Amino acid sequence: MSRSAQPVFIALQANNDTLAIIDAIHEDNPNAQVNEYPAMVKIDCPGRLVIRRESIEERMGRSFDLREMQINLISLAGEVDESEDEFILEWKTA
Amino acid sequence: MAADGDRKPAKKLNLKENYALLTRGLGWEPSYQKKEDIFRTVDFEGVKIHDWDKWEDPFRLTMDAYWKYQGEKERKLYAIIDAFQQNNGQFNVTDVRYVQALKVFLNGIVGLEYASHRGFNILGRELPGVGPRIAAQMQAIDELRHATTQIHAISHYNRYFEGMAEFPHQFDRVWYLSIPKSFFEDAVASGPFEFIVAISFAFEYVLTNLAFMPWMSGAAFNGDMSTVSFGFSAQSDEARHMTLGIEVIKFLLEQDPANVPLVQKWIDKWFWRGYRLLALLATMMDYMLPKRVMSWSEAWTIYYEENGGALFSDLARYGIKPPKYADVTVKEKHRVSHEMWSVFYTVRDALGFPIWLPSKEEMDWFSEKYPETFDRYYRPRFEYWRELEDKGTPFRSSTLPKLCQVCQWPCLYTEPDDASEFVHRQGEYQGEIFHFCSDGCSDIFHDEPEKYVHAWMPVHQIYQGNCFKEGVDPSAADFNPMAAALDYMGIKPGVDGGSMRDHVDAQRWESWTARPANMHEGAITDAVRKTT
Repeated sequence: MSRSAQPVFIALQANNDTLAIIDAIHEDNPNAQVNEYPAMVKIDCPGRLVIRRESIEERMGRSFDLREMQINLISLAGEVDESEDEFILEWKTA
Repeated sequence: MAADGDRKPAKKLNLKENYALLTRGLGWEPSYQKKEDIFRTVDFEGVKIHDWDKWEDPFRLTMDAYWKYQGEKERKLYAIIDAFQQNNGQFNVTDVRYVQALKVFLNGIVGLEYASHRGFNILGRELPGVGPRIAAQMQAIDELRHATTQIHAISHYNRYFEGMAEFPHQFDRVWYLSIPKSFFEDAVASGPFEFIVAISFAFEYVLTNLAFMPWMSGAAFNGDMSTVSFGFSAQSDEARHMTLGIEVIKFLLEQDPANVPLVQKWIDKWFWRGYRLLALLATMMDYMLPKRVMSWSEAWTIYYEENGGALFSDLARYGIKPPKYADVTVKEKHRVSHEMWSVFYTVRDALGFPIWLPSKEEMDWFSEKYPETFDRYYRPRFEYWRELEDKGTPFRSSTLPKLCQVCQWPCLYTEPDDASEFVHRQGEYQGEIFHFCSDGCSDIFHDEPEKYVHAWMPVHQIYQGNCFKEGVDPSAADFNPMAAALDYMGIKPGVDGGSMRDHVDAQRWESWTARPANMHEGAITDAVRKTT
């Protein structure tokens, strides 16, 4: 199946809790673009964005449940697929 | 046989198994009642569902996690609100014009959160599938949380500023608040599938990012940590609701091809209804934030054209097209905030918040952000009105505007291809003439005229004499119908609306903060010490 290049995004509150998350997303998704706004960080990525639990844990130095993102999540676009290890946003068709 | 103590504990369930047990294991088939007697409204719209178990909630939020994270969100939010209040944060925002936007929010939007709470409670009862029912019940609780946190946060401002104390009373009576009120009542008065497509998809998925992202970021930029915190806290639930919205659409489209035209019709209708409602936000962003993050036009480009474009290109595989009249919204993005602010200015005596003309600094910003329209159409108008103000003969409209029968906005919009010509559409139904602000609203009316002829149109009601307090005598010699109607709505002339320069909020702001009520135009009272 061809992959869509349409942008997905996730927006998080700009605070201490999300520094590690944003850093991890940036590292795991080379095409992601991090846009900073007052109090908010919006990360756009063509087609697909993966948020990995392990990458966040490495940076936080503690265990992390991906559902904790709910606390600092502002918005998102794309279809969500969530498991213990990965939170994926993607558009399925080109 | 091994002793019990040697037995390994049961393997911990993973997220998917946990969610499956909650949404499948807890449902049951009725035995002594007929299914159609229990779920009474699920069939009448003509939607065909073959297998409710195909429903998947991508967030897979279980009850324990829901309460845990919602509780944490609340503690965090109230810590910020406490800090804001203890530090007199209400005086640290850019200037008192910003506070007027909070009045619009409290009076116009909080009632929608509560209406949404009621709507999702109905869905939680009426949908036969367990997965969507649980999602609807969680959302109903979320919406109630939004209403209460918004009221709590803004109640602190109410101690210092006018125009906020009567918000539930005003929501049911003020002429322009019938715009948001009728929007949600239209949705709740639909069937369950139309409601969920209207609110979860067209409104929340496609449109609410504009309210909670650029506008709330703007609130932060203007120093209001309390509002940005309830905004982002609400929007973190909204991300879950939006996911529900797209899941609903996919589920309906995959269940039966006969659902496709129904869903398309609802997307077309509710995108347009939601877009008209959000026009209020266009003015809040462009005119009511003293320090701005981005223009309405830029926000529409990012959040509708780019992000909405990605969404609709994804849905194309089901045969779904972008909403009808989306092209009109793109044409209107260069004009809508200016057209609305102009109407607000002319009817400022009948509003619950004061109005001002944009400063020179703001008009220059508009010229830059709206190069195709501002200098040509709106700058000359505002400069002329400024001139009249300086002469002591400010322009005002003494009659009430003609309203659109569907969205209930005044017919203030201009032709998609001609910004100098007002849109005027009218149609006839059973010998009566009805007016519309746009082709979008006209189409919606003509699809269900029986519904919209019942709309409670505030301006009509005022002129028919139905908006006066009990005991008022319209035949008395000194009867003033406008004053009596405002009294009924809970708007105090000279206190709530009018011009910002003369407003009590502006006077008090300067005496309490020693800073100008309008940061671009200098002080209006002696309370602000001159430093130049």
